[in-house]
Amino acid sequence: MPRQLHLSAAIDSPGRLDAGHYTGLARLAERASLDFVTLDDSFAAAPHRPDALATLARIAPLTERVGLVPTVTTTHTEPFHTSISLNTLDWASEGRAGWLVGVSTTEAEAKAFGRRPVAPEDELWAEAADAAEVAARLWDSWEDDAEIRDTATGRFVDRDKLHYIDFEGRYFSVRGPSTTPRPPQGRPVVVVPVAAADLAPDASPGGRARVATAIRYADVVLLDAPDRATRLTAATELRLRSGELLRILARIDAALPDRAAEERLRAELTAAGTGVDGFHLVPAVPERDLAALAERIAPALRATGLLRTGYTGRTLRDHLGLARPASRYTGPANTAAHAAASHATASHAAGTAAHTTDSPALAEVTR
Amino acid sequence: MTDRPLKQIHLAAHFPGVNNTTVWSDPASGSHNEFASFRHLAQTAERGKFDFFFLAEGLRLRETNGRIHDLDVVGRPESITVLNALAAVTERLGLAATVNATFNEPYELARRFATLDHLSGGRAAWNVVTSSDAFTGENFRRGGYLKYADRYTRAAEFVELVREFWDAGEGEVRHFGPQFEVEGRLSLPRPPQGHPVVIQAGDSDEGREFAAATADVIFSRHSTLADGQAFHADVKRRLAAYGRKPDELKIMPAATFVLGDTDAEAEEYAAEVRRAQVSPQTAINFLEQVWGIDLSDHDPDGPLPTVDPDPDSAVVQGRVRFSDPVAVAERWRAVAAEKNLTSRELVIEVTGRQSFIGSPATVAGLIDHFVQNDAADGFVLIPHLTPGGLDEFVDRVVPLLQERGVFRTDYTGPTLRDHLGLPVPGRR
Repeated sequence: MPRQLHLSAAIDSPGRLDAGHYTGLARLAERASLDFVTLDDSFAAAPHRPDALATLARIAPLTERVGLVPTVTTTHTEPFHTSISLNTLDWASEGRAGWLVGVSTTEAEAKAFGRRPVAPEDELWAEAADAAEVAARLWDSWEDDAEIRDTATGRFVDRDKLHYIDFEGRYFSVRGPSTTPRPPQGRPVVVVPVAAADLAPDASPGGRARVATAIRYADVVLLDAPDRATRLTAATELRLRSGELLRILARIDAALPDRAAEERLRAELTAAGTGVDGFHLVPAVPERDLAALAERIAPALRATGLLRTGYTGRTLRDHLGLARPASRYTGPANTAAHAAASHATASHAAGTAAHTTDSPALAEVTR
Repeated sequence: MTDRPLKQIHLAAHFPGVNNTTVWSDPASGSHNEFASFRHLAQTAERGKFDFFFLAEGLRLRETNGRIHDLDVVGRPESITVLNALAAVTERLGLAATVNATFNEPYELARRFATLDHLSGGRAAWNVVTSSDAFTGENFRRGGYLKYADRYTRAAEFVELVREFWDAGEGEVRHFGPQFEVEGRLSLPRPPQGHPVVIQAGDSDEGREFAAATADVIFSRHSTLADGQAFHADVKRRLAAYGRKPDELKIMPAATFVLGDTDAEAEEYAAEVRRAQVSPQTAINFLEQVWGIDLSDHDPDGPLPTVDPDPDSAVVQGRVRFSDPVAVAERWRAVAAEKNLTSRELVIEVTGRQSFIGSPATVAGLIDHFVQNDAADGFVLIPHLTPGGLDEFVDRVVPLLQERGVFRTDYTGPTLRDHLGLPVPGRR
């Protein structure tokens, strides 16, 4: 039996504000047993769209299995709010939340907040790495068994299992612990978009910082590459630097106006030697293209054993084959790792864009 | 009672909070984080035709003596995200989130509430709170940047700017004020309610003035008849200065309740609940809040501490401290001496009594009496149990209010503004 593909899809629908539309798309994705759907976001005035995390929370009770991965940006937002909001999406969806990390690069977005000028992209991605570090520490800051409800001593929690995160970086510091207990997945799945050009020798500083953030924090990379050869090279490079646990999904256009287009997509998905774990499908007309996926392409893939016949797990981590991580604060062995993580701040690591997985503290942070 | 037509009562349901009102030791007490608990309570409120469902907020875990406070429920999900999910499993119920104006930015919050209003078909409400403590600030970019006196200055301009964004919809906003200099436009049109309902909860003079100027609902703490009437009169009097009519601001005090088949049964159960709310450890913690010193060795079943409180203590963080601890201690000692109470009994006596205790008929009568006599326009009910604490109220009290003709038998409109009888504000 061949190795099964990991498939996901974007459900971006500029101009749509009705929850029913997004629910319908997520249900199609669920019929195709996709790992997750993404919903993009920014603080730009166009395209017209609602807040992505809110929209996926709105459809969470109306879907059962599909992962829900909103873009949440880190440039003008508070890392603490970002962490507890994603945590809450995980609670509301019973373990299906992910986070597509984004940054705000435009002057218009900076002016809408009026708090800071536009910064270069490498700084924005170094800051995004710090936000990911803070989010992860906050998710871990409640050990899984912190709530004890011990009537004999009158204690609701064991406060020795709640941890200050004491993050101090170049852009912000956060004390913790989280105000929301550890989410069902332990940590929601972190997804970072990367372009093949970001991995090239002549990559821009912004691209290098984005790759550094992905290497250090991503569970899943959405990889943009212009052709198969470039994709293979980029995926190989990413895997070398990040390790076997990273899931790499190639972004692929999924405009499916007719059966010929469907057949071409099916052939592309089933081609061997791509170097990736699966694909992130970007529809042109989401309701049409996701219907074609659910009704014809998914069954064809299942017939050849390349796609699961149905969900076997409940959480997004289950779908991706990623274990639920232990809290970094749990157990005596992690005391040292915690101390190391406190000192090596992520802004520093992301700025240098080096092979940062050597450090044991870092391995703990990433997985 | 006057001869005017009966006032219609407004009701809201408060998800049980992270304080000792919430009894977590009861075997019926469920999760405070799982979505099923929120769904249960919200759907119960909607079955009872309540105006809205209310979530509080805390941005730093409370501490006592430099350690996380562990005696009450600790931890809760992020409000706006929960409410968006609840919009999927309710149809008419208003959805109110408490969100701090100090540690957020107007553009993002305007967008988040506009989104909730769109995705819920016009049911969003924002309970505006402020804080200025460096303690909470340690979790945020700005830190403890705001002076206590400037809380409402910032909040007033914040709310004004958020309203500008809502009014403009996808149009351009240019705002250059003392607190904020921003230019931008939202990615979504004016919300279905025009402006989501704005709730205000502060009780200070500035808080009341802020509410009179800008709020649609006041979530107050005055749940006795006389206090409620005085507060009601004071706040409604302030409205005229802002060109507003008395019914444009609804006053909804927080209220707790205990029901029984008879009044005597309810009293008995209420006393039991108060004992559960004040465990021996919680009693000591209350004393520490007033005394400002470590009392972990104090016997809760013995008399009050003989030493005097430390008025400048910073032992308790993350919650409001008594403003004059020495006077409070004096008063408590007098009560304890008069009634011959142990420390724990004293704390139960001075902190505990629920707002409404009795049979369903008694409680319905009390609530109606308060509203018809202008001590309130309705109540934000705080059950002591998660998630079933509202079930009995909805099953047994709501029908009696409906029989009296003072509470809706069904929703008459889709939006929260419809439920509250508030008009859609014009664009400014």
